[in-house]
Amino acid sequence: MGKTLFEKIWDEHVVVEKANSPSLIYVDRHLVHEVTSPQAFDGLRMNNRTVRRPDLTIATMDHNVPTKDRGLPILDQTSAIQIQTLEKNCKDFGIQLFDINSPNQGIVHVIGPQLGITLPGTTIVCGDSHTSTHGAFGALAFGIGTSEVEHVLASQTIWMDKPKSFEIRVEGKRKNPHAVTAKDIIMAIIKNIGTAGGSGTIVEYSGQGVSDLSMEERMTICNMSIEGGARAGLVEPDEKTFDYLRNRKYTPKNYESLVEYWRENLKTDSDAKFDKTFTLRIDNIAPQVSWGTNPSMTCDVTESVPFPEDYSKGDQNQKKSAERALEYMDLKSGTPITEIKIDRVFIGSCTNARIEDLIEASKVIKGQKVAKNVLAMVVPGSQMVKKEAEELGIDKIFIDANFEWREAGCSMCLGMNPDILSPGERCASTSNRNFEGRQGVGGRTHLVSPVMAAAAALEGHFVDVRKLDWD
Amino acid sequence: MLESWTGINMEKFKKIKTIVTPLDQINVDTDQIIPKQFLKLVQKSGFGKYLFYNWRYDENENQKQDFVLNDNKYQNSKILVSGENFGCGSSREHAVWALQDYGFSVIIAPSFGDIFYSNCFKNGILPIQLEERMVEKLKHESGELEVDLENQFLKTNTEQIPFDINSYKKRILLEGLDDISQTLQLHDKISEFEKHSKIPSVL
Repeated sequence: MGKTLFEKIWDEHVVVEKANSPSLIYVDRHLVHEVTSPQAFDGLRMNNRTVRRPDLTIATMDHNVPTKDRGLPILDQTSAIQIQTLEKNCKDFGIQLFDINSPNQGIVHVIGPQLGITLPGTTIVCGDSHTSTHGAFGALAFGIGTSEVEHVLASQTIWMDKPKSFEIRVEGKRKNPHAVTAKDIIMAIIKNIGTAGGSGTIVEYSGQGVSDLSMEERMTICNMSIEGGARAGLVEPDEKTFDYLRNRKYTPKNYESLVEYWRENLKTDSDAKFDKTFTLRIDNIAPQVSWGTNPSMTCDVTESVPFPEDYSKGDQNQKKSAERALEYMDLKSGTPITEIKIDRVFIGSCTNARIEDLIEASKVIKGQKVAKNVLAMVVPGSQMVKKEAEELGIDKIFIDANFEWREAGCSMCLGMNPDILSPGERCASTSNRNFEGRQGVGGRTHLVSPVMAAAAALEGHFVDVRKLDWD
Repeated sequence: MLESWTGINMEKFKKIKTIVTPLDQINVDTDQIIPKQFLKLVQKSGFGKYLFYNWRYDENENQKQDFVLNDNKYQNSKILVSGENFGCGSSREHAVWALQDYGFSVIIAPSFGDIFYSNCFKNGILPIQLEERMVEKLKHESGELEVDLENQFLKTNTEQIPFDINSYKKRILLEGLDDISQTLQLHDKISEFEKHSKIPSVL
């Protein structure tokens, strides 16, 4: 029987294998950031251990960094300490760090591909659940805990039970790919499979609906795999993949010979069997808006806030959870989504802060103004994205529309820096999690695509972006 | 393979018997278990006071009386029982450090987030997956529950409930093993693998 892409990558990385035990898997790329690494470096020190392969390890600071006034000291002392700790750890252990002043600084999942560090067929780990993003390049990329970060630093390997395989086929063609985006596809998938639908599996996204997507759109899809419960999601690499990574700063010198190998080998065999499958047809899907406190609590922009009994389909626990979510979100069942007013707009995060996201959103707002009473901000995913946007004049479009234009970082996706919602504030956000308090204690998050966020910023409430007249 | 393990960095998991704390919710994500404002600390200890912080305390830092952890009855409980997909979301191991520091050593749920589940075993916490029907029953168990990992069963006043666990993970907890020292003994195998790797260094 044939093998899936995931199984091929897995098999190529097994160092030690034994029946009924986890396998020891080699890690090709280890990405490190300031929040989940300090305790791991401490562990190394306590045991007099070194980093086995500093040349396969790359660090940046993204979660805590302020997104304005980079010239000033960081006011939050605990954030400052965490950032200084990463600087010291990288220096002590010989790890390349893109620090707050580096032109390469940015969200770790945005800079990996931009710098050509992310490569097809590799294993990539990071102490961050959105490491799944790199799967867009046909890499086996997944988030790990801090103890595992320490283990990888020390040994460049990780013990892992082999996950099951899950094929998610995306079939058909969107009628308006500018209005119905990759974000809407992945949110529609999670709405269907649920937040635990992918638990214990590695997802492979396939079908025309995926191969039609650009690399950045594929990253948006793979990014949210973890929101459907899967530790990793990947896409078979193709010419778009190889073109994207060619001539990046850290693209390997023998890149073309690697491409030849990848072209031949990084494919799911036609007779391979997946443990699980799901198919989504996208011909008629609408822009998605989340209404609740987990990403599966999502509906079409044309729908109304659901009644818990309809959402739960008879499951009492789901019903209770929907009731609680509606209370937290201060929403009434039956309210049309387009009547929900917002206070804030956040365009950013490892899900949706790449250059294409910013270009698409800027087209919606060009020549218009953010609604009164709405505070809107754009936080580019990396300094490289920011620079590129500025070269294209996109920053001006946002600034002229009264958006704030910030420095790169995770920012209000999780609010570890000063960018947070106040209690009760409602935000249209291009990020990935609408959990209670995620963007600030008492804050209310609605997940949407960048164009939906841009349109909501102009109108002060959600609108069906398909109805707007824009290029 | 485990025979030669030398490093020990966790306490060995011992039999426990306490009442259970029922947290009657599904999809409890790690953002709730330990909110982001507490992820800035650079050590592993002392996270217990921040466990479920936004559910335990109001904006004036007063205890919310309707939250289960604030009920004195559960003060000495070491067993948390909750709904499906417990620990989903963010990979933050701080969630496990907070549960452990607070005093929990067993979490029972119908299912767990994958990363959270692995993180538990690195910190001496036993996550037990049981059928939903059984979990519901345990949430309403008023007496003490005994957890016997060695023999893989739970025991209430009236019944004995077996549970499954991977034998490798079971041994890690029972013996409090440090897997890094084990792996470092495989140095030669890792080096051998590296010789044949096609993937070049980053720099």
